[in-house]
Amino acid sequence: MFVKRMLSLITNIYQMVSDRTRCALTFICLAAPLIISCDSNEQNNFSQALPEVVDFNFHIKPILSDRCYACHGPDVNARKADLRLDDEDFAYNLLDTLEDIFVIKPGDLEKSELFKRIISEDAEQKMPPPESNLSLSNYEIALLKKWIEQGAEWKPHWSFIRPEKSPPPKVKLTDWPKNSIDYFVLDRLEELKVKSSVKATKEKLLRRLSFDLTGLPPDLETIDAFLADDSSDAFEKLADKYLASEAFGERMATEWIDLARYAETNGIHHDLERNMWPWRDWVIKAFNENMSYDQFVTWQLAGDLFPDPTYKQQLATAFNRNNRTTQECGAHDEEFRVSYVIDRTNTFGKAFMGLTVECAQCHDHKYDPISQKNYYQLSAFFNQVPEKGVTESFAKNIHHNQQSAPYLELPEEEVASIRNIINEQVKAEYSNGSTQDKDSLYLDNWKEEMEAMVQPVMIMKEKDTLRPTYILERGLYDSHGELVSFGTPESISDFGPDLPRNRLGLAQWLFNPENPLTARVVVNRYWQMIFGRGLVNTPDDFGSQGELPTHPALLDWLAVDFMESGWDVKKLLKTMVASATYQQASKTDNAALAFDPENRWLSRGTQQRLTAEMLRDQALAMSGLMNKQIGGPSVKPYQPEGLWTQISSGGRYKRKYMVAQGKDRYRRSLYTYWKRIQPPPAMSIFDAASRNQCTVKRQSTNTPLQALVLLNDPQFVEASEALGYRMMKEGGNNSKQRIEYAFRWATSRKPDMEELNILESLFNDELDEFRKYPERAEEFLHIGEFNGQENVDIPEFAAYGVVANAIINLSESLQKN
Amino acid sequence: MDSILNVTRRHFLEKASLGLGALAMSSFDMSSGPNGSSGIIPHFAPKAKRIIYMFQAGGPSQLEMFDYKPELERLHKQELPESVSMGKRVTDFTAAEPKPMVKSFTGFNQYGKNGTWISDLLPYTSGIADDICVVKSMHTDAINHDPALSFFQTGSQQSGRPSIGSWLSYGLGSINENLPTFSVLLSKGSGRTDGAQPLQSRLWGSGFLQSLHQGVQFRSGKDPVLFLNNPSGISQMNRRGVLDHLKLLNQKYLEKEGNPEVFSRIAQYEMAYRMQSSVPETMDISQEPDSIFEMYGPESRIPGSYAANCLLARRLAERDVRFIQLYHQGWDQHDHLPDHLTKQSRDIDQPSAALVKDLKQRGLLDDTLVIWGGEFGRTNYCQGKLTDDNYGRDHHPYCFTMWMAGGGIKPGISYGETDELGYNIIKDPVHVHDFQATLLHLMGLDHEKFTFKHQGRRFRLTDVHGHVVKDILV
Repeated sequence: MFVKRMLSLITNIYQMVSDRTRCALTFICLAAPLIISCDSNEQNNFSQALPEVVDFNFHIKPILSDRCYACHGPDVNARKADLRLDDEDFAYNLLDTLEDIFVIKPGDLEKSELFKRIISEDAEQKMPPPESNLSLSNYEIALLKKWIEQGAEWKPHWSFIRPEKSPPPKVKLTDWPKNSIDYFVLDRLEELKVKSSVKATKEKLLRRLSFDLTGLPPDLETIDAFLADDSSDAFEKLADKYLASEAFGERMATEWIDLARYAETNGIHHDLERNMWPWRDWVIKAFNENMSYDQFVTWQLAGDLFPDPTYKQQLATAFNRNNRTTQECGAHDEEFRVSYVIDRTNTFGKAFMGLTVECAQCHDHKYDPISQKNYYQLSAFFNQVPEKGVTESFAKNIHHNQQSAPYLELPEEEVASIRNIINEQVKAEYSNGSTQDKDSLYLDNWKEEMEAMVQPVMIMKEKDTLRPTYILERGLYDSHGELVSFGTPESISDFGPDLPRNRLGLAQWLFNPENPLTARVVVNRYWQMIFGRGLVNTPDDFGSQGELPTHPALLDWLAVDFMESGWDVKKLLKTMVASATYQQASKTDNAALAFDPENRWLSRGTQQRLTAEMLRDQALAMSGLMNKQIGGPSVKPYQPEGLWTQISSGGRYKRKYMVAQGKDRYRRSLYTYWKRIQPPPAMSIFDAASRNQCTVKRQSTNTPLQALVLLNDPQFVEASEALGYRMMKEGGNNSKQRIEYAFRWATSRKPDMEELNILESLFNDELDEFRKYPERAEEFLHIGEFNGQENVDIPEFAAYGVVANAIINLSESLQKN
Repeated sequence: MDSILNVTRRHFLEKASLGLGALAMSSFDMSSGPNGSSGIIPHFAPKAKRIIYMFQAGGPSQLEMFDYKPELERLHKQELPESVSMGKRVTDFTAAEPKPMVKSFTGFNQYGKNGTWISDLLPYTSGIADDICVVKSMHTDAINHDPALSFFQTGSQQSGRPSIGSWLSYGLGSINENLPTFSVLLSKGSGRTDGAQPLQSRLWGSGFLQSLHQGVQFRSGKDPVLFLNNPSGISQMNRRGVLDHLKLLNQKYLEKEGNPEVFSRIAQYEMAYRMQSSVPETMDISQEPDSIFEMYGPESRIPGSYAANCLLARRLAERDVRFIQLYHQGWDQHDHLPDHLTKQSRDIDQPSAALVKDLKQRGLLDDTLVIWGGEFGRTNYCQGKLTDDNYGRDHHPYCFTMWMAGGGIKPGISYGETDELGYNIIKDPVHVHDFQATLLHLMGLDHEKFTFKHQGRRFRLTDVHGHVVKDILV
């Protein structure tokens, strides 16, 4: 029977795909003048209409970069035949005076060697050469042909030109736009002859907004109040309320710690503890206080370099000590120290410049104008820390903690209060009859793990004397090449002579209005957070191999507006959510999906699976279990037994996961303890970042293991029980009302009759079952610590628990629509 | 979009009817970039369909196990000549220390038709000498555990790249219906326990490939795959009821909102349900005959032991799991080598040999590639105190031994040679990237063409290096 069911399902899926395949082809034909071919298919030879005007940046550069630059690009050592196609000064060179042959001769295919080579049948002549495993499709050849015929106009790389604020375009449907964003979006839609979607229902909008700005579902009072508010600015008031809530800072910090590769352990070898949560708390606070983005980043890059830096300014620099470190005996100190410098350089490139600078670590960048020298000039800023490669603990009362200098002592009063809590926990654990582990070694080690939480925080400082920085040949730590000084890639913007030669100068360079990347990169990342997909879909690559912006003028408008606002993050997000674009319904049909499966053109609202953190936080919020305490040391909610012990080292490095007691189990997921060699599995299964290196875009997958988490993980089972109980206590007097109560928590809307009937039939089935086997109900209700079960009918309670779990598992509950 | 355009009907049906990874391909989540399987059809006819890789974490000593060096007996306790060490980098443990060479505490004999040298520590392995290819000339770039493990498993010393199993899941998809494509089994060694080097779950991570290609850990005990069991009190019938109701609600939602992700979610819930029976069935070894337990040794009855994992590996191979990765810890013999190495060898000798024999008797060895080996070898000189019955050896990346069997590997040979002091390779070196290229080759993939584009660059398991070691292929 299952096989049959599976088969019919698979057939359905197949039909879906094949329809979409067909339609995707149509879509490309229609959208050819606009579509960006940087992810174009090498094997793909289908015919499609050529654009009327072939644009260098949008049509030609992606081809040249992807197929030619490896040998004819910026990397001087890899360059073949002294030919380069990445630079205007060389791409039109005369090759043969007698024959009058050029690399590219505008308007003249016959005299353009490039064209002759790409159409050559001769294996000796043909480009790209067969052994490169690269090739050009007929379409791409046709594009190049047309571009040369049209005069082969060269343009500088789009993201290296300073953004300008162009006035929002004129549109036909003048009553649709709510703010500037909408003019740019609608302009594209009108060009494509696609209609925008209707406005989303109030319930959907509310749920969407609540997750986007706080990471939490709206509670029922908020839903009721919003539905009852007919005023024209009801939505705006709500957005303001969320932006002002403390949960906003937590939501934003959750994004930021992916980028900042924040974790509680060092990540290499024994993976011992460090203490970085005070920095994480500073991040939450900074977002809540709406610290301007330039200040926020400057403090993190260079807070220690201000004159008489404050405690907070120094704390902020912990950002650059979040990198993984080792304490492995026998490891080479310099090798690892250099690797930390490399990590910081790469993080800076990815997070703030949106470039894959790390490609220039071993050789000149193959695609972008970043030389190996540029790379090491940039690394020089991060090479001045008086730190060890194989870390040596400075910690007190603790033997194997892996923090290393330079560091910042925590304020005494803060340490005192946390130490009290820890001492109590430790005492309880040691004396408790029901101690989780009798093995005293585990306990002693655990005590050290706890002790780590009051240790000083690792921060940035400069050495007293300058440490020379060299180009490292082939990226090897001990192969010193040319000595280099502080600098940034000149192709982006010059490192002004007046700037201080340190990280503070680097921050000033980054936030100089001349810098074409900084604002675009951050605005794009927040667009991705709100709309699910960046205007540039490669938030970590604004270079030649990255995708091009779908709405370049909008991206630039947002970037310039953001700078003009004084880098005001809350204002930026408010502008995004206040747009008509954001407020569209997300409903789709086959035609819409076929035309634009990824919703690049923004003709509808975003459909997205909730993140790992949101899913768990939603369950905690719905069930009423959530402990909303903000900040403090990270905590250990449920996790299957044995994961740490199986993987961790032996002896004094043994670590056992001790599940937190009491309400620490129910903190928001942002506070979940992150052990790098074994991250919390339920989070990883839902695509949380590894926190090993800077991450600015998560995957979003859909796997059977996810189903197992939501159905069986004690965290979700306990939340289901608690929600079941809440349904009985707060949901009303009958099963319909109670189901409606939980359903609204999960979706913000009321179920229709059919949905209600389905869930009620599930409830009745379960109730029958548990009445027949009351011992099963008892067993089910003993999962987790939740105990509110006085004076309730046990089988009924268990049946509601199962229904609650089904509601948590609804596709609609797992999505943001 | 590439992958969607490439999906042919046959290809998709093939993938969709397959396992975990493949099913998830139907998630349609194109906003998350490159999707599901590569759609790469093998570049040429594969010799192996599946791989069992028994990774010996910590660096087993080749000098006591496979690489017989009588010359060390003569030079025992003498300082390693600089003409041999040639200023090559050593770890900071021993960089500034004296380097007295040390002979093996065990004896060696020749076994099989071609006289393969194998030590007395491995009586069972010597019994399969005619089935295995012993490669004595492995070398690697890394000298510390963490980077060396990453290098072997992902082709890079830095973290963040996909592991071999993930590459294969991505490249070839699944060949079974109910189990993960890439399964991982862990065991602790009985040698070094105090301060033994750890593992990292990222060693079976999918790096920049979609997470559906990551290894799924199979554990001993009641939850063999994380969260597999229903909560207590919930029967499979309850569960079926919940899923049926959920499906009705999800279908209704799908009709209303047109979100194709829901299709896939319904399928994933069904797959999860099927795994709830297929995984325990696979893990349940109680029906194995006594003869099998005898073959794998007494430890094979102890859940979570290396021996039990070898037996499970066979059961997973029978069920067509593509890549089965075992990790056995405890091979880091910086000290107490004679004692600890004896124990470690006892852990692995009988079960590893039994696995090869068992696969062979079932006709599975022909298309299963079996691999045994660690991340580097150990020095020919002593680390720490050298006494008559005790010594240690440091990390040594310049030569070490692995063995392979089945799946297109030439049986019964030794390949590569080291110098008479066992410090450098003198013939037929095999670099880690060569090993990886060969492994992919046996699975039908050309390591130079098998790429994944990430951040604008085409990544390979073998980076920009590696040659297929043709000499060891059938």
